[in-house]
Amino acid sequence: MEVKRLCAALLLAGSLAGCATPGNPADPLEKVNRAVFAFNDVADKAVMTPVAKGYRAVIPGFMRTGIANFFSNLEDVWVSVNDVLQGKFQQGMEDATRVLFNSTFGIAGLFDFASDNGLPKHSEDFGQTLGVWGITSGPYLVIPLFGPSTFRDGLGFLVDARADLVYRGVSDDVPLRNSLYATRAITNRANLLDASSILEQAALDRYAFVRDAWLQRRRNLIYDGNPPREKDDSDDEPSK
Amino acid sequence: MKTAFSLFLALLAFAAQAQTVAPDVLVKTITDEVAAAIKKDKDIQGGDTAKAVELIEAKIVPHFNFTRMARIAMARNWRSATPDQQKEIAAEFKTLLVRTYSTALVNYKEQKIDYKPLRAKPEDDEVTVKSEVKPSGSTQPVEIDYEMEKTPNGWKVYDVKVGGVSLVTTYRDTFASEVRERGIDGLIKSLAAKNREPQGQKAGKS
Repeated sequence: MEVKRLCAALLLAGSLAGCATPGNPADPLEKVNRAVFAFNDVADKAVMTPVAKGYRAVIPGFMRTGIANFFSNLEDVWVSVNDVLQGKFQQGMEDATRVLFNSTFGIAGLFDFASDNGLPKHSEDFGQTLGVWGITSGPYLVIPLFGPSTFRDGLGFLVDARADLVYRGVSDDVPLRNSLYATRAITNRANLLDASSILEQAALDRYAFVRDAWLQRRRNLIYDGNPPREKDDSDDEPSK
Repeated sequence: MKTAFSLFLALLAFAAQAQTVAPDVLVKTITDEVAAAIKKDKDIQGGDTAKAVELIEAKIVPHFNFTRMARIAMARNWRSATPDQQKEIAAEFKTLLVRTYSTALVNYKEQKIDYKPLRAKPEDDEVTVKSEVKPSGSTQPVEIDYEMEKTPNGWKVYDVKVGGVSLVTTYRDTFASEVRERGIDGLIKSLAAKNREPQGQKAGKS
């Protein structure tokens, strides 16, 4: 039964890919993705943006930073694990040291003591780990409510969610866990308010702009800031 | 004695290059100037994007090659555009980028910027100036790379990459699909329409 349904889904995906206009080859599911993107946009404008703006208006800046630091410190545990999984042992040591310093001197992670002392934050997740292991990203995918991803990063995201310390740490108290999830989501959204006003101004087609920026960003993260030049990087210069 | 000699050599090398400001020095000088100007300007801090545009036009625009930026964003389609169309695209693209940048400037908060040592040979005519912005709180530092080319009028920026995301190539697919669906004039019209929209509010204020 499951297999049959999977086949049907793949067939559907295939036929959609077939009739799509020749857009970005990384995005064969553009039609579905655009629909999910539009849905996410409505949800974001109706719920997340107003809540995040309210949060920013009510909670003073130093407290918002403290709350963001707290969640970032929890996240750094999983960041260190991914460092090691990617073979970056030195960075793994550094990120584990971040957790140690920030949990103690930084008072349960409310202060980012480590960043101020030469141990900057890194961004790692399981999707990146899969990328480092050589798994290609697969088609671009917009996940309902969570936004841009790819097949590979979506899989990574599922693993990240299971490894999440908020998920693991308070598994017996569901209301507490849910309020922690909500607080984290609001914190993250509030940090992006300025970015969304810039995006609004920058993009002719927001869907394509977000997709192409996001794909470049992920590639850059997987190569830790030094991606090899793509063939496509040349600027089609007529004179040379 | 040895140090004195190498210092002398370094001075000689510097003198040889003195006519054109080195690309990393240029980026740093402009960034410092713009940051200082915003710090003094209460209107820009208060969300006056028109004033931010003035500042950008005066301080930043002269150091960019917008024609090359438009050419990169257009990729293959650049050659099928007439010289007049190319001029229009470059002009509209410039306006779009300037307006986008003005939205960023009104939200600017003082941040520490580190410049990485420039890895380039003196004869290079294309270099990447790498910098890193350290935001407050526990967010990852953001790399900002400036792709620059040497011209008779000094070094010019032709791409800016923020966290690996190119300000220019991010437009490629959008431009290509516009051209495919509505032709080059259609793209010019879309850009012009976008540039006539009223500027957005400062995020914190609305």
